[in-house]
Formats: sequence, C-alpha cells, structure tokens
Amino acid sequence: MTMNSRSTLLGAVLLLAGVVGLALLPGFVGGYGLSMAINFLMFAILATSWAMFSGPSGYVSLATVAFFGIGAYTVAVLGEQLPWGAVLLLAAGIAFVVALLVGLSTLRLRGVYFVIFSFGLAELIRQVVNWYESTQAGSVGRYVFLDITQEQIVWQLTAVLALLFIVGWLIERSRVGFALRMIGDDETVALHCGVNITLIKVLVFSLSAAFMALVGAIVAPRWTYLDPSIAFNPNISFQVLIMALLGGARRLYGPLLGVIPMVLLFEYLSSNFPHLFSILLGITFLAIVYMVPHGVAGLIDSYVQRYRERFPGRRVGKNQQKESAL
Amino acid sequence: MTTSTALLSVCDVTRRFGSLRAVDGLSFDIAEGEIVGLLGPNGSGKTTMMNLVSGALKPDAGTIRLAGSDIAGLPPNRIARQGIARTFQLVRVLPSMNCLDNVKAGLGFGAQPTWGATADSKAEGLLERVGMAHRRLTLGKDLTYMDQKRLELARALALQPRLLLLDEWLAGLNPSELVEAIELLRKVRGEGVTMVMVEHVMDAIRSLCDRCVIMNAGAKIAEGMPAEALAEPEVVRAYLGDDADA
Repeated sequence: MTMNSRSTLLGAVLLLAGVVGLALLPGFVGGYGLSMAINFLMFAILATSWAMFSGPSGYVSLATVAFFGIGAYTVAVLGEQLPWGAVLLLAAGIAFVVALLVGLSTLRLRGVYFVIFSFGLAELIRQVVNWYESTQAGSVGRYVFLDITQEQIVWQLTAVLALLFIVGWLIERSRVGFALRMIGDDETVALHCGVNITLIKVLVFSLSAAFMALVGAIVAPRWTYLDPSIAFNPNISFQVLIMALLGGARRLYGPLLGVIPMVLLFEYLSSNFPHLFSILLGITFLAIVYMVPHGVAGLIDSYVQRYRERFPGRRVGKNQQKESAL
Repeated sequence: MTTSTALLSVCDVTRRFGSLRAVDGLSFDIAEGEIVGLLGPNGSGKTTMMNLVSGALKPDAGTIRLAGSDIAGLPPNRIARQGIARTFQLVRVLPSMNCLDNVKAGLGFGAQPTWGATADSKAEGLLERVGMAHRRLTLGKDLTYMDQKRLELARALALQPRLLLLDEWLAGLNPSELVEAIELLRKVRGEGVTMVMVEHVMDAIRSLCDRCVIMNAGAKIAEGMPAEALAEPEVVRAYLGDDADA
C-alpha cells in the first residue's frame, strides 16, 4: 500500500513537472524546437492512448490513423464555422461514436483478424473520404486557415497529454482496467468470472479513439493544406505501434519511453533517407519485436518481479520451503 | 428426486454440433449442498453439458434452471453473476497476473463484487484456503500444474458460487497430489458448496460424490449412488464397450 501511494505521488510530481516544463518550453526554443516538441507530444498522446487499450487487452490496433484523421478532418470541415472548443469536442465525439460502432461489430475478432480488420478500417475511411472529397466536394484537398500558433498547439497538446495520463491512471487502477488485463490474459476466464467483456473492450477502445482524434484536430492547423493521404497516412499507425511496443504497452508510462528515441530516429531517417523511410521503418519494427518484445517497461517489470520473488517481504520462511518441495 | 427444491434443474437439454447430438434430451436435478459426479466414457457429452450450464455454449432445446430461474442461453458473465463458477478441463489461470490478482479476478465481477482493500484481504484468505498463501506474488504462468489447479479453484470460490462446476479438476495429478486435492475438495464441500464434477478418477468419485449421473452418447444411462450406478449393466457396457458403443 505504502509503495503504491509512493509511486502515485512520484507519478503526480513527474506529471506536474512535465506539464510546467512543456508549458514554459515555447519561451526557450525556436521554430524547429517547437516543431519537434509538437512531434513528441503528438506521438506521446497517440502511443499512450493506443497502449491504454491495446496494451492490457492484447488487441493490436492499426486503426490509430483512422481516428487521428477523423479529428483532422473535423477541423478541416468545421474549423472555421464553430468555436475552437466545440470543434475539439466534436472531433473527440465523432471518433468515440465511430469507435463504438466499429468496436461493437468487430471486437469479437481475435488476434491477427483484428489487426487486419483495424488496418482495413483505416484504409476504408481514407478511401471514403477520398471519394467524397473528389466526387461530392469538388477537390481532394482542403485548406486549414486558422489563427492558431505553434505555441498554442504545444499548450493544447500538453493539456491533452496530462488529461490522458490522469484518465489512464484512473482506468488502470479501476475495475475496468483490471478487467481489460483479464481479457488480455484469457478472455474465456474473464467471461466466466462475470466480466462483460464487450462493454469493457468497446468502452476503452472508444475512449482511446477520442484522444487520438483530439490530437488530429489540434495539429491539423499546422498543415495548412490537408488531403486524405496526409490525414490518413497509414505510416502513423505503424509508427505509433512501434513506439508503444518499444516503450512497453503494459504500463501507462511505457509508451513515453519509446516515443522519445523513436521521434528522434524518425526525424533523422526522414530527413536523411526520405526515400528509404518505409524500409527503415520496417527494419526498426522487426528489430524491436525481436529484441525487446515486452518493451523497456517490460524489462523494468521483470527485474522488479524477480526482485520481489527473491525478497517477498512477508510470509516467507519454513512454510515456503516445505510447500515448494511438494 | 426433489424437483421443487433443486438448485440446478436441467430439463430435456439438447445440443447439436452439425449432425452430432453431443447432448441429447438430457435431464437431471442437483439439490442444494449435493456433490454430483457427471460420468461417462470419452465423448459422451459431459464437458458439453458443463459448457451448457456455464453458458460457454447455448442449448438448442431444453431449459436449465438455477434456483428456479431459467439460465439456458445466457452469456457466461451473466450466469457467473447468478452464482455458477467453474474450472476448465484444460486448466486456465491468468498467466501474466500474480496469484493475488488471479483470485481478485473472481472477486471483482461476481454477484457481490468486492474491490480494493477488502478484495485484497479476501484474496489472501482464499489463497490460504487452497494452500497457496506463499505464492501470492508468483505469476500464474510460473506455477506448477498442481498450483495452477489450486489457483483456479480459489478463483472459482472467489465468486462465492451457489454451484461449482469442476471439469476434470483432478485429471493429470500424481498420486500424492491427488490425495491432497481430494482433501481440498472435501474441505470445500464441508463449507456447503454444491458441486457438479466431471471426473474419471473413480476413487475421488466414490469418496466425494453423493450421487452420479452417467452419460453415454449424449444421454443419461444411469443415475444414483456411485457404487450402484456404476454397477448397472448398461454402464458397464458403455465403459467396457460392446457393439452398442461406437
């Protein structure tokens, strides 16, 4: 218990320090620094919200960019008509509802079927938007002219990241989070323990989708020009997946550990090897899955587990030796 | 038997897989506090019957009543909440969770869900009850086979079931583990839990069960005290096989 509350306190302090640091950041760095900060924050939110659902449940989703793109397109279409707060709420709301509908019909799929479905979903949405824009709206691209500065984007993303950590922390320690871990371990057991697995999965999936859409909406003004191949670029889904896996998807803070090195690496790769980017992305993916299958946070956890088993704290002694000899 | 006071009442239940009638018009009652063995040769439909009661499968026809209310065809989570807990033929623990959390899985979502500090202390108590207090922080996947079985039982008991379904819970244990496991079940029985057990271990059936229902090819072929039911000619024929059983 005391260890728990101590780590909670540590988490709260780190969160607060991070928020203050990021809020003050725009005063110290130039345009390039800000743009890197936006990249970090964007992927931090995407990877953390991806891991909020996919980490414990084991449902690997490649639909990240579908919800991200929904957010971006909400801004492109409605950004000038509605107040900014309303646009953001609407973006999150639309993604939540879409995820709800998709989830209800597809979260029965397990393993690789769900992965493929989620990838297909993102492509489907991209093609539908493409079709609508070219045949109904008249032009494939849209311009986003909003009076939102880089600094403001950083501040908004910081706020969303903080909110995400609080929500993720609340879920993790609630019965919802526990049930999601049960589902990831053994869906049949969860079901026979009384868990309404469909409700839990769809709820957390939709919540994470809402956060992804918020990111898409907030960063949309940065692009000025937007078309479906930008907003629904499947690379984003893969990048988020790699970051979360590298950091470790079973811990709330895990993805962050992957986002920082990966954003730097992707930045380096895309500026130095623009034509080989996808190939190098794939190689990175393979290397991570092969070398750190449970991520950096997973490595930390297994050390902690080994330590705990060696020094269980209480209830050790004669009893243990006698029973383990059985 | 005592139909009016039956805790579980299975009536004319049928379940088909394609053209195979795995359970074919089966009826039996389980009274409160009883331990009933569900026996029969391999492929006679015992596990299918367990799956029908626990909700893993839906019956094609018939009713299954728990204390009077029909549960046939409800999803497993609703049935678990109504008070039926089970173990699995192939033992299932939550591999990435420690023993304490494995038991809390049974505590958190049942008829009277508990969570937080209360659940922690209850889980410790249950682990103690099955002799696993010293394994509280060990992960499910690191347990021995016997310990996984114990943990599964603790998780099932955590649901505070009115009816506990044990599907070959004693299978695969060595002789000394078997003695231990039977002792454990006797203890649980002493606490008044009603049980249905699918089992092949005859010693366990003789020493634990009040009554047996014996199945063959999806239908009931005998019912009664273990020694008597097992001696019936049709049961002997089903087990030892002549031309009738194919």
